[in-house]
Amino acid sequence: MKLLVCVSKTPETTTKIQLTADGTEIDTAGVQYIMNPYDEWYALVRALELKEAAGGTVTILNVGPADNDSVIRKGLAIGADDAVRIDVSEEKDSLYTARQIAEYAKSEQYDLLFFGKETISYNGSEVGAMVAEFLDLPYVGEASHLEIDGTKATVTRDIEGGEEVIEVQTPLAVSAAKGMAEQRIPNMRGIMMAKRKPLTVVAPVDYPDTTRIAEYEKPEEKGSVKLIDPDNMEELVRLLHEEAKVI
Amino acid sequence: MPETTTPPKKFTTKADFHHTARADRYQFHDYYLVDDLLEDHHRMARQAVRDWVKAEVSPIIEDAAMRGKCPTHLFRGLAEVGAFGPSLPVEYGGGGMDEIAYGVIMQELERCDSGLRSMASVQGSLVMYPIFKYASEEVKRKYLPKLGSGEFIGCFGLTEPDAGSDPGSMRTTIVDDGDAYLLNGAKMWITNSPIADLAVVWAKDEEGKVRGMVVDADAPGFSAPEIHGKWSLRASITGELVFENVRVPKGNVFPDIRGLRGPLSCLSKARYGIAWGAIGAALDCYDSALRYGLEREQFGKPIAGFQLQQKKLAEMITEITKAQLLAWRLGTLANRGEATPAQISMAKRNNVHMALEVAREARQIHGGMGITSEYPIMRHLMNLETVLTYEGTHDVHLLITGHDVTGLNAFG
Ligand SMILES: Cc1cc2nc3c(=O)[nH]c(=O)nc-3n(C[C@H](O)[C@H](O)[C@H](O)COP(=O)(O)OP(=O)(O)OC[C@H]3O[C@@H](n4cnc5c(N)ncnc54)[C@H](O)[C@@H]3O)c2cc1C
Ligand SMILES: Cc1cc2nc3c(=O)[nH]c(=O)nc-3n(C[C@H](O)[C@H](O)[C@H](O)COP(=O)(O)OP(=O)(O)OC[C@H]3O[C@@H](n4cnc5c(N)ncnc54)[C@H](O)[C@@H]3O)c2cc1C
Repeated sequence: MKLLVCVSKTPETTTKIQLTADGTEIDTAGVQYIMNPYDEWYALVRALELKEAAGGTVTILNVGPADNDSVIRKGLAIGADDAVRIDVSEEKDSLYTARQIAEYAKSEQYDLLFFGKETISYNGSEVGAMVAEFLDLPYVGEASHLEIDGTKATVTRDIEGGEEVIEVQTPLAVSAAKGMAEQRIPNMRGIMMAKRKPLTVVAPVDYPDTTRIAEYEKPEEKGSVKLIDPDNMEELVRLLHEEAKVI
Repeated sequence: MPETTTPPKKFTTKADFHHTARADRYQFHDYYLVDDLLEDHHRMARQAVRDWVKAEVSPIIEDAAMRGKCPTHLFRGLAEVGAFGPSLPVEYGGGGMDEIAYGVIMQELERCDSGLRSMASVQGSLVMYPIFKYASEEVKRKYLPKLGSGEFIGCFGLTEPDAGSDPGSMRTTIVDDGDAYLLNGAKMWITNSPIADLAVVWAKDEEGKVRGMVVDADAPGFSAPEIHGKWSLRASITGELVFENVRVPKGNVFPDIRGLRGPLSCLSKARYGIAWGAIGAALDCYDSALRYGLEREQFGKPIAGFQLQQKKLAEMITEITKAQLLAWRLGTLANRGEATPAQISMAKRNNVHMALEVAREARQIHGGMGITSEYPIMRHLMNLETVLTYEGTHDVHLLITGHDVTGLNAFG
């Protein structure tokens, strides 16, 4: 089986996001990056499990700058065979990213293309579906479970109040949600082997950037919590009405 | 004399321990951007160990230490993540990494608990290293892969009841008995001994020369009673080793090494790891103190806003930063094979003492909470009292530096 796992990098989860003065960019000074957890914990690990069970190769792909190589190496340390980075140094939108992935993948005959359910930073949930569209492949989003039997894939999705089980033929694109696998921590041998695994850098294809970020806004600071005596219901109702204005 | 009992042999499981509800909120601190001096794989190794620690050890360590019960199931996890002999060659069960990788791994383990780091130090530096360095090829092949995978647990027997800082005065002996040696004597304060499958033991031969050997724990005449009553390193198991006419096959005795040079070379390896490790304990105390200082309010403002508390925090991070640079430099020398035992002594002594001082100050910043198992401080503080003493006491390392700079021996 030939498996592709598309990985994005995101700021480390405890990062306190700061904006630049004009609010159009995120201030990256001092920000630590990690591999997007949906990509690392679920998509990549499930791909590795499938490879371990049935043989094949796992390639990881990132669209981004050379700084992302350390995130990519982590994927190799966890067990991917090789990696591709499409060398884009300016921040681009989801459509651009998807186009680049599709251009690369179209001649590679992957059986499965894995994505994360979303990036935990931009929360787009778009790239996987866009790639599938470009490649004319079936797409199942937010899969919590994935089994492969020959060319038949059985994919489970958590839906409101239950589960949906879908049968679909490979090749296929799928985005991974919690439950698909369990996080793997790379061991020292994997980390050392990752240094020698191939990481190919390819140039992007020309494609227009269709969107522009006009502005970011941070949510309002949370106010302090007011504790009201349980016997004083009137005061609670008054505050909900007059201050919080929710009733 | 501390009380002893026969050892528990069974492996624990995660379910044997009570899990703390409080999440491990540790964040690394790197004031001088020493990370820029490291390579990608060092940072990745450190993160891998940190992730493993947070998932597997942080939830149970307070309970393990509180109850004085060694979480022996962690040996397998330590092996899987690659904490045993990271700088030994892969074909002998190691990780094939450099000395800085070994250092950062020890730092992450001790960030959690010095006892956890001790489990790894003993297995990697005091058991696998001497076997790798001194044993015959056959003995290496027999033991090293199983030690590297955590299937075997090893211990290191040098200290005796009457020979601590002065190991040359040891009384344990071997005598020639045909195809084997007969080993007699007793070792004291031996980390892991009650649960060990094998021991690297140092004993005097008939010529009075110190020899090293691998002794199987199931050999008749071998026993390893557990030492109880420790207020320090409570999550690590410590015992004695008692040998009554234990037959040690001649092939198990290291062929070419004689004298204290053998055990001291292992100690250099382990001390090097402690020089890094202690910074981990200090970082955990500082990290907790900084957070607590910012969150805890008295007199209408965070206590970190008071000059007296800032003095503590500022001095802590200053001392930690100096220790980080010392460790990094020692690591680059070690990678070139140039770190001298005396340089290692200086770093072990300085960094452990630094960590102990940081723990004490952090304890105060936490006020009453600082003495409880809600925070890691008191545990680190108590652990570090052992770390100050084992692997060469604080005083002995000073004498080593003194000897090195003056050329005059002030030991005996
Ligand atoms: C120079 C540069 C810097 C960037 N910096 C950041 C950043 O710091 N944080 C951030 O979140 N985004 C960053 N991006 C953009 C990001 O990589 C995506 O290209 C885009 O923002 C899509 O985000 P999304 O939330 O719509 O993705 P989603 O549609 O939510 O992503 C779904 C899945 O698509 C895949 N995917 C998404 N992006 C990529 C990618 N770049 N390469 C390979 N697979 C991908 C992953 O499997 C991901 O789980 C950067 C892009 C560039 C070119
Ligand atoms: C929890 C724990 C685990 C241990 N694990 C191991 C292990 O796995 N394997 C092992 O072999 N050993 C182990 N040890 C033993 C440890 O290495 C010794 O405790 C240490 O070497 C000190 O020896 P001692 O306790 O006999 O103290 P002593 O040597 O009796 O020292 C007592 C005091 O006298 C001082 N002193 C000694 N000589 C001099 C001198 N010449 N000049 C000035 N002051 C001096 C010392 O600095 C110290 O303050 C462990 C110890 C502990 C507590």
